[in-house]
Amino acid sequence: MASNHLTGIGSESKQLATWYFTFAAILFGAQLLFGLVAAIQYVMPGFLFEILDFSVARMIHINALVVWMVFAMFGAVYWLLPDETGIETIGIKVGKLLYWVFVAAIVVVVLVYIFVQVGPADETSIWFIHEGREYIEAPRWADFGIVVVALGFVANLFMTGMKGKRSGIVTVLMADMIAFAGLYLTGMFFTDNITVDQYWWWWVIHLWVEATWEVYVGALAAYGLITMIGAHRKVVEMWLWIEVAMLFGSGILGMGHHYFWIGTPEYWWEIGALFSALEPLPLVAMFIHVLYDWGKTQGAQDATGQKLSVINNKPAFTWFVLNAFGNFLGAGIWGFFHTLPQVNLYTHGTQFTSAHGHLAFFGAYATILIGMMYIAVQGVNGIKVMKSTRSSVWATWMIAGGVMGMTVALTIAGYVQVLVSRAQMGATWAGYFDGQSGLWFAQAMDWRLIMGVVTFTGFLFLAKDLLSIGKSPIHER
Amino acid sequence: MANKVSVWTDNRFWQRSAAWVTGFAAVLLIWLTFDTSAQISMGTDADLQNGVTKRVPGPTVINYKITYEMSAKRGHEVPIIGGNDGSGMSLFQEKEKFFGRDDYSEEEAGALLHLGKLGSQTKNCMNCHTLLGNGAYYAPDLTKSWLDPAWQDGGTMQAMTGKSTKEEAMAEFLQHPSTYPTHARMMPDLGITAEEAKGLVAFLKHMSSIDTNGFPRNFGKIQGAVNGK
Repeated sequence: MASNHLTGIGSESKQLATWYFTFAAILFGAQLLFGLVAAIQYVMPGFLFEILDFSVARMIHINALVVWMVFAMFGAVYWLLPDETGIETIGIKVGKLLYWVFVAAIVVVVLVYIFVQVGPADETSIWFIHEGREYIEAPRWADFGIVVVALGFVANLFMTGMKGKRSGIVTVLMADMIAFAGLYLTGMFFTDNITVDQYWWWWVIHLWVEATWEVYVGALAAYGLITMIGAHRKVVEMWLWIEVAMLFGSGILGMGHHYFWIGTPEYWWEIGALFSALEPLPLVAMFIHVLYDWGKTQGAQDATGQKLSVINNKPAFTWFVLNAFGNFLGAGIWGFFHTLPQVNLYTHGTQFTSAHGHLAFFGAYATILIGMMYIAVQGVNGIKVMKSTRSSVWATWMIAGGVMGMTVALTIAGYVQVLVSRAQMGATWAGYFDGQSGLWFAQAMDWRLIMGVVTFTGFLFLAKDLLSIGKSPIHER
Repeated sequence: MANKVSVWTDNRFWQRSAAWVTGFAAVLLIWLTFDTSAQISMGTDADLQNGVTKRVPGPTVINYKITYEMSAKRGHEVPIIGGNDGSGMSLFQEKEKFFGRDDYSEEEAGALLHLGKLGSQTKNCMNCHTLLGNGAYYAPDLTKSWLDPAWQDGGTMQAMTGKSTKEEAMAEFLQHPSTYPTHARMMPDLGITAEEAKGLVAFLKHMSSIDTNGFPRNFGKIQGAVNGK
């Protein structure tokens, strides 16, 4: 049974990782809370009107999403780095300092979002309030702060990777994280030309979530398989390289599916359709890979005649398997639904996108990052085999079920919008509200709110579990 | 002879493949970006004067009448600026007054567009509306809102504001949105000034002139499709 997850106890890098995970979990809660506010506003439009409007709630909802994931991603790298390289992370003191800079910046940004909300139409507002560009609304001063913190993180990773043992996983992470940090720069300018604006905006959003983040998940899954079920490193890393080739091979040019209707030339129809249609393939491969390695190691164990699970961290492995399936379902299937231009002409800018967004961010990223939090809990508490508590199980079912429920509801709302507002009514103001007033749309929004409450309740179980599971007597120590 | 290990299980082979595939895709993307950037750069007043069709026209497009009509050649609707030559191409002739003028200079129109684009970001339009289809889904898409029948002469929104032109009606609405309830879901007051509203309307008019490859389809063409409306 693999136990190298224990090698880093006492490591400062792992301590920093737990800091990152803690703040990530807090932001995850904030993301869900502000999502609930926005969901209530769909059902009761007067709720917090002109106090905390939908635009503000939604901005915090999606910003908290992006930032908690970045925090958890940084944390996961600081966690696995000592295990993979065999040495303590170099420059960890600077890393710790940058953590506090990052946290302070986020707190200031969020307070300004909540209490200032909007400013006059000038550059000062862009610099100090927000940039008003979905997902990367952070004001310009914070952009520079994020770049500094990201560079410090990349420096930690590179110095450690070059001095220590450079495994395939670390090599992939080094290449991936420098692209991840560098791409942020393409979203840091103002232009009067909204087509140029959105062209480069997608370089950040798409090349993060449909390229560099996916590769990151591949590397994390590889690490998880080795540490949790003792999968063979050579096999795991071979799959990882195949996944990198498939993910970047499809994802980079798959960007074309965002360039169908923003003023860019028609040739993006063909390029976007072809490459984004290929994007689900690596996600299928990743799903098969996780189950294959699990079956292979468990089969080898069974052959010894001893009935014993090879999994040394049940809750974490559950979330990793949910990741393999959720990534395929949310990013792959729900993405493919509306990726061809012939369909996207009608689905672009509807709740369909929102349905895909919810299941994809959850399935591809939230799952595996929650799994990493459980791995950290196991390591910090020196547990040999960690088992699921009742809270682990409730959290898993309620969060996964809640997100799936929201996704189905939003998909139905999307269909109503596509058929009524778009196909029948031609997308005007009146057409939009005809769609929104439909009974099926209204019911879908009710269900989305209910499922949102289920998700949030699941989060409460998760928070309780992460705080208490380490002390539970049920584990093998 | 020794049974050789296949290259298909060789990690080095897959590592190199990953590097080549990624490099190839990235180079192709960068090359396409150069081509696209040239095609989406903003046009000038001279382009409009000389009848040059640009995917993103210059700011002085606000001096012209803009419509959204079917192009037989391209098989979908395209923005038509200053009149249709009959085959779905712009004539760049017919003007349209914008706040009483149709002779905005490149500097004046550019300043209005700049103010409007800044306003579109600082007022956070994108976290309720979609622009070019991107954003949030809590409020209508703004891509072709300048051409929405509700704002035209005789349209419900224009009538509600009591103004006699669509640009004045839109500007009035933007300054006092919650005093003109159009739906249970209302737009909040965002402290938009008269000057900012003018800029925002210029920004919306300019956006409606961008060639979006036929998105949204059938905009404003279908009346009475649902419930006999």
